[in-house]
Amino acid sequence: MKFFAFILLAMIPGLASAAEPSSSGLSDTLEERVKPCIICHRDADRIDRDAYFPRIAGKPAGYLFNQLRNFRDGRRYYQPMAILLENMSDEYMREIADYFAAQPYAYLEPVVPALTPDEIKSVETLMYSGDPERDLPACGACHGEKLMGVQPAIPGLLGLPHAYLAAQFGGWRNGGIMRGQIPDCMSEIAKKLTQEEVNALVQWLPGLPVSGQSAGADALTPELAQRCRTILSGKEVTR
Amino acid sequence: MRNLSEARLTSIWRIIVCVAGGLLSLVQMASAQPLTDSDTEQVRRGEYLARAGNCMGCHTTRGGESYAGGRKLNTPFGQFVTPNITPDNETGIGSWSGEDFWQALHYGKSKDGRNLYPAFPYTEYTKITRPDADAIFAYLRSLPPIAQTNPPHKINPPYDNQALLYLWRKWYFNEGVYQPDKSKSDEWNRGNYLVQGLGHCNACHTPRNVWGASQDDQLTGGKIMGSYWYAPSLISPLEAGVSEWPVEDIVELLSTGINSHAVTSGSMATIVRQSLQYLSDYDIRSIAVYLQSLGEKKGDAKAPRKARKMPEQVRQYLALGQEVYEKHCQDCHGQSGEGIPKIYPPLAGNRNVTMSPPLNTIRNVLYGGYPPTTAGNPRPHGMPPYQHFIRDTEIAQVVSYIRNAWGNRGSLVSPEDVDNSRGSEF
Repeated sequence: MKFFAFILLAMIPGLASAAEPSSSGLSDTLEERVKPCIICHRDADRIDRDAYFPRIAGKPAGYLFNQLRNFRDGRRYYQPMAILLENMSDEYMREIADYFAAQPYAYLEPVVPALTPDEIKSVETLMYSGDPERDLPACGACHGEKLMGVQPAIPGLLGLPHAYLAAQFGGWRNGGIMRGQIPDCMSEIAKKLTQEEVNALVQWLPGLPVSGQSAGADALTPELAQRCRTILSGKEVTR
Repeated sequence: MRNLSEARLTSIWRIIVCVAGGLLSLVQMASAQPLTDSDTEQVRRGEYLARAGNCMGCHTTRGGESYAGGRKLNTPFGQFVTPNITPDNETGIGSWSGEDFWQALHYGKSKDGRNLYPAFPYTEYTKITRPDADAIFAYLRSLPPIAQTNPPHKINPPYDNQALLYLWRKWYFNEGVYQPDKSKSDEWNRGNYLVQGLGHCNACHTPRNVWGASQDDQLTGGKIMGSYWYAPSLISPLEAGVSEWPVEDIVELLSTGINSHAVTSGSMATIVRQSLQYLSDYDIRSIAVYLQSLGEKKGDAKAPRKARKMPEQVRQYLALGQEVYEKHCQDCHGQSGEGIPKIYPPLAGNRNVTMSPPLNTIRNVLYGGYPPTTAGNPRPHGMPPYQHFIRDTEIAQVVSYIRNAWGNRGSLVSPEDVDNSRGSEF
């Protein structure tokens, strides 16, 4: 049974690519349909290093789907996305999320951060060990050892422009990103970080090259899965 | 004289209300019994009618609980906050009777007798029949009660004065259930009832005066209060009048959000998604038949001015717009603005592009958007948002260009027009 399901699934992309161009000459593909997304989230080689827009290709599908819904339903605030998605169904969003999750990444070349050795050491401690005294888990404990995210709903942190990272931290600290999600684990964490730590983190992260895949769901400890359950299930955020 | 007869009417109504109230308590006693088929049928009908009236559209905040209210409507008179209409006793309408609901819908009066602000479109809902109102109420009663206290209105003085509201109502509110026009078909009458009553299309598609009153029940178009969009005239052949369209095309646009000539965007896309796509074939056809009958024919309108020779300066301005068009727009909308029917709307001959206020087209360029996802168009193609990529001067040029290319005629657009078109409720 599973085997047949696999064959069926494997046929879907085949069908899509075999789609005949319509009489208009336009091929009936998702690629054509996501043009409004691509204008900002386009290939890294065409994007300005100082641009704000995050890489979405290759991020876990569940994460992308949740963000699309959050933008539409006003839980994550960003006007251009809210207007774009206002009248889109969950089903279509799911399809678009799956599409981008499956795209090979297009990422920025790493930028060597202008940080002192002390700053680098402090960032690396936060990244890989956390700070138990402040109840700060290691970034890698949730975002994957390689910081490429964890399936299905935790985003990777690499290949993101500095401006975007800085803005997200600001949003988390002001509670402005995921309004109304209790417990709001990332907001709690961001509020415990000092401004200096945040500044160092958002410079350090773009210094790492994008490589590897997002980790499997079992990469997360039960304790952290519980702490961030609203983000993982998406259940408490459905209408 | 008017006052006298009104007083008499009021006392007659009081009697009717008392009798109806008595009957209602009987009904309520009955509803304590297990639900009968006719009760569930009424609830189902009420659900359908609530969809048709899109009650949820206003009485639900973005991402919030359905019908629990809390959506903020910003108007020149202040900020109105929609109430919770789930059957919660404390914060909703759990303690309301069917009569209270009828008072609100038909007379625009709250349970406590206060006059309601016409942000609640009772000026249109007054046309709804009693059985329909009762069905909607039965449906709302069947919803899970949600305890949600919404913030109070913030109405600017002097509009918070009930005496002023009293006068407003005297002047602008005509109470009365829709009376069918026997000289017209059943379809036409049904369409009229849905458009002018339950569907309250007038709430947007009509100009409002300084007192916020619809100028008439003619759907002559207007800037939407509390929104950033322009609701085009449904009469004028220069805007969205559909007298020249086959009924099937009107049905297609309203039920799927797109047809070969046009696509819905902004507030109208939301109405299609939330409400119109769910209407029965008969109802949506009725609306189409009625709207088609409203429209002026092209011949009725002023004959388009003969295209005068363009001054050189204008020609240069449009040439700049053409460059922007070729770079950013032509791939989808075509070299001659022909678009791809039902995918990318044609711009040549598109009245949304040429109509007098350029607001909607400017907003389409600034913010882009996907047409509504509907059963008939589940995976729409979309328009990218250009606000971060094209400067206001270039947007002004390109909009001016498409308003004047391929036989289109429209006024030129300035960068100030572009800037003035910004804004959203997000």
